Amino acid sequence: MRNAWIICRKELGSYFVSPIAYILLLMFGLIFGFFFWNALAYFVVAGMEMQMRGQSFPMNLNEQIIRPLLSNVAVIGLFFIPMITMRLFAEEKRTGTIELLATSPVRDLEIILGKWMAAVILYGCMLLFTALNFAFLFAFGHPDWKPLAIGYLGLLLQAGGLLAIGTFISSLTKNQIVAGAATFGIELMLWISGWVSGYENATWARVLSYMSVITHFESFGRGVIDSKDAIYYLTLIFLGLFFTARSLESLRWRS
Amino acid sequence: MISVKDLTKRYAHTTAVDQISFEVSKGQIVGFLGPNGAGKTTTMRMLTCFLPPSAGTAQVAGFDVLDQPIEVKKRIGYLPETPPIYPEMETAEYLKFVGKLKGLSGAKLQKRVDYVTERCAIADVKKKLLGKLSKGYRQRVGLAQAIIHNPDVLILDEPTSGLDPKQINETRELIKDLAGEHTIILSTHILPEVEQTCQQVIIINKGKLVATDSVKNLQARARGAESVVLEIAGRSGPVDSPIVQHKLEQVPGVGRVIVKQQTDGRAVFEVESQKGKFVRGDLARAVVECGWDLNELRPSAMSLEEIFLQLTGAEASTPSKAEPELQEVQQ
Repeated sequence: MRNAWIICRKELGSYFVSPIAYILLLMFGLIFGFFFWNALAYFVVAGMEMQMRGQSFPMNLNEQIIRPLLSNVAVIGLFFIPMITMRLFAEEKRTGTIELLATSPVRDLEIILGKWMAAVILYGCMLLFTALNFAFLFAFGHPDWKPLAIGYLGLLLQAGGLLAIGTFISSLTKNQIVAGAATFGIELMLWISGWVSGYENATWARVLSYMSVITHFESFGRGVIDSKDAIYYLTLIFLGLFFTARSLESLRWRS
Repeated sequence: MISVKDLTKRYAHTTAVDQISFEVSKGQIVGFLGPNGAGKTTTMRMLTCFLPPSAGTAQVAGFDVLDQPIEVKKRIGYLPETPPIYPEMETAEYLKFVGKLKGLSGAKLQKRVDYVTERCAIADVKKKLLGKLSKGYRQRVGLAQAIIHNPDVLILDEPTSGLDPKQINETRELIKDLAGEHTIILSTHILPEVEQTCQQVIIINKGKLVATDSVKNLQARARGAESVVLEIAGRSGPVDSPIVQHKLEQVPGVGRVIVKQQTDGRAVFEVESQKGKFVRGDLARAVVECGWDLNELRPSAMSLEEIFLQLTGAEASTPSKAEPELQEVQQ
């Protein structure tokens, strides 16, 4: 595990020494900030209209701001995750530094875990930006913090799965663009596959819908930990990392 | 220290390395010689556990590369053809990272980092980004990372490729310097490099082992026959090369005379002596006695090069030509 941590630290160093981390954080912060501002503006306008009409419709920060915003983050994340993972192995393969890692007394699994952990931590930093925004809600209102915490847990689990897929795809190629584009395509499909459940209820549609990463986020967004959904994400993480390990191994037999 | 037996690497359509066997004892510098694409890198990658062999075995410090790769990796330092550096890291930071990967930590790590930066003369770029370093410095950083954990075996893949002559010399000196502490295998396609740095040579071609021998033996063999280049000019008017050729052939001990070129009155000849004969003095005397000017007389390219070409080139298919003192491998 010590080795995985060494590699994780090195990867984080690469993210934060180069502009990668800052550009991702900035863009994500801007986009989420816009979503947050939008949601808040609607909330305020709706609240004023209620008051003018004299109705006392229950206004709820959790239901009307936090929950939809967390779902938004789940989708925005799909666009950013390929950019986090695309370099992980592709760059090492292109520059030849993979030879250093592969000839050091380190297990493949430790290399993979280290890289994946660094990606998860970078994603966690992006989530911190959203937490800054949510902090305003706590300063001026009284939302329930528990659903928010569970929402974050869900986001991390979801990202963990998608990052594992991205790590796997990055290990397949020397070309970062190829890795990024393929990851993005697959993650997008894992999102839209849930849409078939809207008009079809056959087995194939239910399977497709079950595969969707966004469907499984709904329970977390509501503040509920559904073991079915947690297991789905954990499976995704496991499969992604497992296939990365196989891919590294086959790299040696083929290259 | 290194023991390789029938090592083979097959790909879908080619055999990159074909049943190579050799032994390297402790503290030696071994030159791994062969033309580009001969299988040098593949062999080295198998020794460093980067590639698994298709057949055969390789042992480093008593550990098998397939069965105990982690133990092997702990005992080798490897410099691939392009130094495996991260351009966004600083030199010292990078060496620390590699040191940690190899299992060093704390004061020991710091000590080794200081030691290798001094040893490889990279102390002045400790705080520089690796991406900004010149090729020569990168190579030295590559060498520094290879020795950071004081490995028993050093495997260097073309350590001097792409360097300028001064850097090449410095790198060779450094490698020779390191030989006392480590067993070194270095690959190259440059012959003088082997002569200058190595004690033993392994020549491979097209994945097959062609010869293994000590440099001394090879050099002795090379000195067996002398090859001399002469440039001759006529004192009055241009020289007639057939006449000169005939004259040179009559010098005792001369085996073969080839006219290399003839331009405005001067002619260049290549003279090969018979085995064990030294003909330079007699050649010079003969030229002067005939009234020609001897513009140049120098030993031609080292014959080790010819042996190499002979072994790896067209004549490699007729191994019977090789000298008995050269350990031939059945092809």
